[in-house]
Amino acid sequence: MAASIPARITLPETARRGEVVSVRVLVRHPMERGFDGPGLTPLPRHILHTLRVTYAGEEVFRMALSSGIAANPYVEFTTVATETGDLVFEWQEDGGAVYRREARLVVT
Amino acid sequence: MIRAAAGFALLACATLAGAAEIRPSRDYLSPELRAQQDDPSRHPGWLWVEEGEALWRRGARSCASCHGDIAGMRGVSARYPTVAADGALLNLEGRIERCRTEHQGEAAFGYESEPLLSLTAAIAQRSRGLPVSVATDGPAAAFLEEGRRLFGMRQGQLNLSCGQCHDDNAGRRLRGDVISNGLPTGYPAYRLEWNTLGSLHRRLRACSLGVRAEQFPLGSPEYLALELLLAARANGQPVEAPGLRR
Repeated sequence: MAASIPARITLPETARRGEVVSVRVLVRHPMERGFDGPGLTPLPRHILHTLRVTYAGEEVFRMALSSGIAANPYVEFTTVATETGDLVFEWQEDGGAVYRREARLVVT
Repeated sequence: MIRAAAGFALLACATLAGAAEIRPSRDYLSPELRAQQDDPSRHPGWLWVEEGEALWRRGARSCASCHGDIAGMRGVSARYPTVAADGALLNLEGRIERCRTEHQGEAAFGYESEPLLSLTAAIAQRSRGLPVSVATDGPAAAFLEEGRRLFGMRQGQLNLSCGQCHDDNAGRRLRGDVISNGLPTGYPAYRLEWNTLGSLHRRLRACSLGVRAEQFPLGSPEYLALELLLAARANGQPVEAPGLRR
């Protein structure tokens, strides 16, 4: 079961069918890149490594996030409004945890 | 004639930190950062604002149970720091902690803790765009004087006063950033250097470290007095909190 995560998802309130809509998503995460070295206590990498977005059940966006991305990563992408449905955002974290948030896109 | 000129020069010195010299911190931001500060959909500080608004309503004796909706906090942060009835100088963080221990019967959050930062951000955000209007007379006058002394005092191994950067060299570059007038209007602010939201006092500690001076503790009387002086310098300028800073 995927847990919730603090995130801000910004979509247009409504969209016309066929319209290109921009989707903005900001998620709260430290994106710990990890480190090791002589005299240091090693700290494992702990980042969100994948963001996957489905729209009405179909994958519309997938991104591999690297340890070079700053904390609280912000992503913007576009998709075509086809039908009223949920955009499901799924982040996969190092260690196997999965976080999920949803937002509804209303198509007129 | 000479006396009049000398008098004018004195007056000019006294008002050196006056309105004409001081510009809002947003004017010193890069256009990209300024646009991001204005756009809640791209501003990570809003993650804290949302968390703070949830905290406002949480618990049996929540903030909302006395104060009502957080929308009623409009304009409040613009009046802080202020002197409480018992004579203590309180900034917004101090006021929230007092409310928590005296009225809610809970343990204090602790300065720079996540819940305190979140609540401060949520409350300060309600004053966004409103002009700062802190009281500088009456019981605040003595604190303001102490703040002015700290602001003008040369400190640290670099032997610099606040004004030597923030008055004399505002607008010029220091390392990768542009020196501002040092207004507190954007705090708590999300600093890219911190990768998180932080308080004004955390920023002041960074300033102290920068001139290799003694760092005062978060919430210390020294930083509170300095915060009052900075807010007084910002009187009339719009609140930018939560700000976005390099």
